[in-house]
Parts: sequence; structure tokens; C-alpha cells
Amino acid sequence: MTRVTDDIIIRTVARVLIPFIQLYALYVIMHGHHSPGGGFQGGVIFGASFILYLLTHGLEEAKARMSEMKAGLFSSFGLLIYSGIGLLCLIMGSNYLDYGRLSTILRVIPAQARSLGILGVEIGVGIAVMAVMFSIFFDIATGGEPPGGEESFGDRDG
Amino acid sequence: MIAAFDLILLLFVLICAVAALSVKDLLSAVIILGAYSFFMCLLWAEMGAVDVAFTEASVSAGIGTVLFIAAVSKTKRRSKD
Repeated sequence: MTRVTDDIIIRTVARVLIPFIQLYALYVIMHGHHSPGGGFQGGVIFGASFILYLLTHGLEEAKARMSEMKAGLFSSFGLLIYSGIGLLCLIMGSNYLDYGRLSTILRVIPAQARSLGILGVEIGVGIAVMAVMFSIFFDIATGGEPPGGEESFGDRDG
Repeated sequence: MIAAFDLILLLFVLICAVAALSVKDLLSAVIILGAYSFFMCLLWAEMGAVDVAFTEASVSAGIGTVLFIAAVSKTKRRSKD
């Protein structure tokens, strides 16, 4: 199902649609703390845009944009942002993910520091969810086979 | 919170659930499950849980359907054993 399509309609529609999907995902992530949505939903929509690219442009072109290793790195990086903000609050002397204490670093009032803190966490969650959703689909679509796929399947001993 | 609207959506949800279970073709079942998720999303939104509706629409009706189709495309008509 991930073979390259030569249908110009599918490729063009995907190419036009993907930037708008990604823009909408970024909107959902950035407005997550004062409207419906948030890091998880925005990350899922962002991951869906990459899945659309993989479906329409084939595995090889998608690997150039977002390889399996990049997806793993992005998921770890998102988790690092999330837990880093939490640990920063812990180091500053308050509870884990208690953003009020970040006001001394950010030089704003505590209420605004809470808003900025949850925004940072949403961004981290969004990056992690985007990478994990793409990774899950990548694994299912390739059947968990190593890079090279079916050509190198016969060369293996045993 | 209109009770009649609730009941109509609930009826659609039930129809989709029964149809997804009773249909033989796996791909049809996946698509009907997507429709089920979408009606569930409408029901959440109508009952005021907009955040849950958003999650249902993006995760279950969006990514979930795609993952199920990817899994169905890996299945074969007959099993080997």
C-alpha cells in the first residue's frame, strides 16, 4: 500500500493539502491551553500529514523527509522537552510540572509563567506524538522488515 | 443538549456498531468503524465535551482508521495453517 503512485491528481492534491494540515496542527498545538485541542491532538494531526505524504509519495521519498531514525529521535526529543520542563520546576524548588516557580527564569508574573509552561509541555507532547504516530504507521506499512525490504529478503541465510 | 438529537445520534452509533460487527469483509468493517467513531465524535460534541470530541475525531476516526487499513492490507484471504 506504500508503492509510488504516478497519478498526478493524487500527488498534487496531497502536495497542496499537506501544508494546510500541518498549519492546522500547529494551530491546535499552540492554542491547546485555552481552547479544545492540545499537544496530543495536534501531534496526531501532524503525524497524519506525514502519513499522507508516505501514502502518496511512496516509501523512498518519505524516508528522505522523515526516516525511522528521525522519528525515534523526535519522539525522544519531545519527551526530553516534557520531562525537562518538569524537572526544571523540581530543581527550582517546587513540585514536578508546577510551572508557577518558572516565573523567576522567564521574568513574568506566575500566572503567565504557568501559561508558558503548559505551552512548552504541549509542544513537547506534540513532537513526541507526531513521531510515534508516524513510527507506528511506518512499522505496520513496512511489515517490520529491515530497510531494503523484499529484495534483500531472499539473500538471507537460513 | 437536545434529547431528540442525542437519541438520533445514539441510534446511528448503534447501527454502525452492529454493522461493523456483522459485516464479513474486513475493509468494510474498518470503514464502518470510522463512521462509528465520527458519530461518537458528534455525540461528544453535542453533549458539550468538545475536547473529547476533538480527540475522538483526530485519533479514532483519523489515525485509527488508517492504521486498521494498513493492518488489513497485510492480511491474506486464506490462512496458511
